[in-house]
Amino acid sequence: MTGEDTVKLETEELDKETEKDSKSAIRTIDLSVYFDERIAIDKISLKVKKNTITAIIGPSGCGKSTFLRSLNLMHEMTPKARVFGEIFIQNENISEYSSVDIRKKVGMVFQKPNPFPMMSIYENVISGLRLNGLSKNSVLDELVEKNLKYASLWEEVKDRLKLPALSLSGGQQQRLCIARTIAVKPEIILMDEPTSALDPISTAKIEELMYNFKNHYTMVVVTHNMQQAARVSDQTAFFYLGKLIECSKTKRMFTNPKVKLTEEYITGKFG
Amino acid sequence: MRESYILINPSNLMRRKIVNKVMIALCVLAGVITILPLLYIFFYTTQSGISSLNLDFFTQLPKPVGEEGGGMANAIVGSLILIGIGALIGIPVGILSGIYISEYSKSFIATIIKFTTDILSGVPSIVIGIFAYGVVVIPMQRFSALAGGFALGILMIPTITKITEEMMKLVPQSLREASLALGVSRWKTTLRIVLTTASSGIITGILLAIARAAGETAPLLFTAFGNTFWQTNIDEPIAALPLQIFIYAISPYDSWHRQAWAGAFVLIFLVFIVNLMVRYVTRNKFTS
Repeated sequence: MTGEDTVKLETEELDKETEKDSKSAIRTIDLSVYFDERIAIDKISLKVKKNTITAIIGPSGCGKSTFLRSLNLMHEMTPKARVFGEIFIQNENISEYSSVDIRKKVGMVFQKPNPFPMMSIYENVISGLRLNGLSKNSVLDELVEKNLKYASLWEEVKDRLKLPALSLSGGQQQRLCIARTIAVKPEIILMDEPTSALDPISTAKIEELMYNFKNHYTMVVVTHNMQQAARVSDQTAFFYLGKLIECSKTKRMFTNPKVKLTEEYITGKFG
Repeated sequence: MRESYILINPSNLMRRKIVNKVMIALCVLAGVITILPLLYIFFYTTQSGISSLNLDFFTQLPKPVGEEGGGMANAIVGSLILIGIGALIGIPVGILSGIYISEYSKSFIATIIKFTTDILSGVPSIVIGIFAYGVVVIPMQRFSALAGGFALGILMIPTITKITEEMMKLVPQSLREASLALGVSRWKTTLRIVLTTASSGIITGILLAIARAAGETAPLLFTAFGNTFWQTNIDEPIAALPLQIFIYAISPYDSWHRQAWAGAFVLIFLVFIVNLMVRYVTRNKFTS
């Protein structure tokens, strides 16, 4: 959340395999998810460092979204899903916390913009606070302005905050959803193909946001767009058929992948 | 361009155009058949009822046979009380069970509720009246507004349950996820996001249920029983518009027939007004 952590980050240290790693934001150990008897992701162990962007790439149906959604316990809503393995968020095993607490820490932006249709732009921004009963009326205006500015939407909507959220364009709606997500002050933001429903200009705006957010949040982004992964992420993970094939620094991944399969996917031989 | 031109077979095109016209005509005809009875009922009850309608009708009690004038004030108030009691029972039970079926539909109990609701909606209203007689009238040892309201409430439940379930299922899953992802608990998501988003449809369903209950006569025959005097105690027999209309309509007296028409007119008008009012109040400021 604070700027000091970023400064520290620049003094790149080697990954220390200690239990309490202050830079570890997310860590999964042998994470598997089954839907009924079908395996969706198979023993995925992945580490995400604080204030970095991790991109997850891979062909459709390889388990990218399944992995992402297990990080904020979204699978609880699917009765047929079973999750095995361990997930640590900031070195805390999430099985010790309620899903409500985890989700306040781990926000999520979805593929299709999904603002609440019955609420205005204003209400959407503070919806998370209001629904959690945390809002004080005196600071709401301030919070709305601040979060819309963070999501670089303020200038476009400041004169029509009371209008329905659905009156915005798709790209604006997505930025509204981002404002809504950061309003609850998460430390990690999961993004599930956040730009795949958007036009190139809106996509560029969201990518710019992601880049600016790096100082404050840890992000994991699922994307179909390899250029996007290359543009915004620090670390890239390649999934294939539910398995983590390769995970390394984005630069290395796109210039000199270790695994042949990754190379074939990146160069467009399949997928 | 040339290829597509060749693909069109002129005689076939002619046939398709004719079939198209015929089908559209049939649809329009069906639409007219749907509207006609309602227009006819409106027109006929207005014509027959409005002439007997005066201030007395709304303020006076029924007069004995032979005396002219009088009104149905007690029946109007009685109907409102009965519908009120019915709504107090039917709306909460209907909405809550609808929520349960929609949001927890995987559970075995939900399947049972769903099944029984479907059956309940097919039970004839007179049978529901008998049921209310058995569980309320007999233990209380008298007819009462409570028993009548109970019967109407039971009658409302399946309609409200069904519509609540359907409307909530129409709310996209992505909205539930959006709310949950903000760290909002499941019950708050259900209440504040899903129910709110579905509310205009649910309110329409409640209106339908109330409108239907308002016109029901059969379940009131041996529950509310009717009353020619002023009565607002809910543990006493009470008058109701449809009951009064029924009694007056089968009587041999012309003046009572006129009153029955006026009653029918008032009943239809009340339902109509309630409909318009609630629609206005709950109009969606965003999606309309």
